[in-house]
Amino acid sequence: MRECRIVSQKFDIYQSHKLDIAKEHGAYSSLKDAFALSPHEIVEIIKLSGLRGKGGGGAPAGAKWALMPQDGAQTSYLAVNCDESEPGTFKDRQIISKDPHLLLEGIIITCYAIRSHSAYIYIRGEYSQFAKILQEAIDEAYGAGILGADVMGLGYGVDVTIHRGAGAYICGEKSAMLESLEGKRGHPRLKPKRPEPEWYFGNPTLVNNVETITTVPYIIKHGANGYRAYGTEQSPGTLLFAISGHINKPGVYEAEFGTPMMEYINRYGGGIRGGKKLKAVIPGGASTAVLTAAEAECAILDYEHMRTIGSALGTGGMIVMDEDTDMVEALKNLLEFYHHESCGQCTPCREGTGWSDTLLGRVLDGKGSNEDIDKILELAKTMDGQTICVFAPAVAIVIRAFIGKFRDEFEARVNR
Amino acid sequence: MSFVFSEENLAKIEALKLRYPSPAALSLPCLWMAQYQDGHISLEAIEVIGELIGTPPMEIYRVATFYTMFHLEPIGKYHFQLCKTLSCALCGKAEVLEHLIQRLGIRPGESSDDGKFALSQVECLGSCGTAPVMQMNDLYYENLTPEKIDAILESLEGEHR
Ligand SMILES: Cc1cc2nc3c(=O)[nH]c(=O)nc-3n(C[C@H](O)[C@H](O)[C@H](O)COP(=O)(O)O)c2cc1C
Ligand code: SF4
Ligand code: FES
Repeated sequence: MRECRIVSQKFDIYQSHKLDIAKEHGAYSSLKDAFALSPHEIVEIIKLSGLRGKGGGGAPAGAKWALMPQDGAQTSYLAVNCDESEPGTFKDRQIISKDPHLLLEGIIITCYAIRSHSAYIYIRGEYSQFAKILQEAIDEAYGAGILGADVMGLGYGVDVTIHRGAGAYICGEKSAMLESLEGKRGHPRLKPKRPEPEWYFGNPTLVNNVETITTVPYIIKHGANGYRAYGTEQSPGTLLFAISGHINKPGVYEAEFGTPMMEYINRYGGGIRGGKKLKAVIPGGASTAVLTAAEAECAILDYEHMRTIGSALGTGGMIVMDEDTDMVEALKNLLEFYHHESCGQCTPCREGTGWSDTLLGRVLDGKGSNEDIDKILELAKTMDGQTICVFAPAVAIVIRAFIGKFRDEFEARVNR
Repeated sequence: MSFVFSEENLAKIEALKLRYPSPAALSLPCLWMAQYQDGHISLEAIEVIGELIGTPPMEIYRVATFYTMFHLEPIGKYHFQLCKTLSCALCGKAEVLEHLIQRLGIRPGESSDDGKFALSQVECLGSCGTAPVMQMNDLYYENLTPEKIDAILESLEGEHR
């Protein structure tokens, strides 16, 4: 396992959120190279690099950028997603508080590539102390002529504005985020039939995760192949994987795609806490299918492998559970989360999250039956595939994996 | 009781208007400013915001009630918000909650009679690597233990003296 420092290059440097210190370590040095290229050439480099969205979906970034109008005739926007609310995920917070200037550098390049002059960073409301650090970095960058009407005298203007959310998981979904950014409730929009940009007040808009944008300067500096030197053919590069739960050294550690999960858990995570045995791992944020210890043993951290074993890489935020974990309680915990966070627009989601939570509560209280367990699985079916966004289908995946893989624990609760 | 934005906030709002394609976008920033000013968001503040950004007050109200961090009623001055989601639950959240209930003398969802404390359980704070975690007003407190809670309470008492 190689050490890789693409996004986390300055994480260990004291006060690297300050402009002068960041600059000593190369901040903004990719801008001259970037502006020597045409916007179109940058999009091509991003395509060649194979950069995939790091907010959970893994969509190819270059293809998304190419959807933005190329003529610059219409005002367009960049909206950077720092809602970071998927349980088990806490990486973007590291970027905005430890290396905000690398994010800003990425934002400037991305704006230029999609011919936009304004970017918003949508930050979950709870992150106010981290948003403050980022705001100070933005202010410093304006003061130094790095942001504003003429970026470093290169003849291109970029404005960056932080927009704080106010407590709603669903605002991480890109169209809900844009609704919220328009000043409305965070209700996801219906998806278009064909690929098209997102829309902000009717203007074409690109939405990318914080980490995706923060990867861009490295690619400009080292070329598409420099990025492809890490990872696998289909999942090139690295990700800020995160690990929490019953683990000795929880935290955020950058690793290349293709790293075996157990190697990550043992080397970076320092193994299971208290020398216990592993029972299960949720691999990529709460909304990905839980893996048994046996599955985790063979799991490899890239998009393709995780899909072949019936789960997903997601945000790369692993939640580790040891042999003493009560899987019924763990699922109940997650169902409470989904129940609380459903935006309520779609009946199957609003009702399904509520009912499954209530039914499992009954099972936990020792008042449930086998039929209740089956009823929860049936509710999962109604939540799968008939809703505006993929929140409800994700709940279905979570339920099926927990009950399917640990059914005996659920049944033990009803037979008592 | 009427509501007026401070001069400073009014200036901020005018400056922000230049950053967005429509002033309607400013509902969240304005609601935040109102809440920081008063500790909660009054109906009068909602009226004023609606006027300022050209959005019907009813719509601002709908928005304010959608987001869990906005309070439409006064709430304890020190708001303890303990994360209850999976990683925190796996790492000892229950013990910390018990201790908070005991020390504050209130249960989740309540404010103390003197208006000093409020306690809530919230969903994942995006800080799972330092579980258990809570947010108290604008700050995160991580790797919590009952002893840490005692120390935090002590420092608050110090502030009051
Ligand atoms: C329910 C739900 C929650 C999401 N939450 C986040 C989030 O907190 N942060 C994020 O970057 N993407 C989140 N996403 C993914 C976004 O919709 C979007 O795909 C992403 O921001 C695009 O950026 P990327 O391609 O760079 O990853 C969420 C998606 C769904 C369906
Ligand atoms: S699936 Fe759930 S979260 Fe998504 S739009 Fe429908 S109700 Fe809202
Ligand atoms: S589960 Fe508590 S911070 Fe994420």
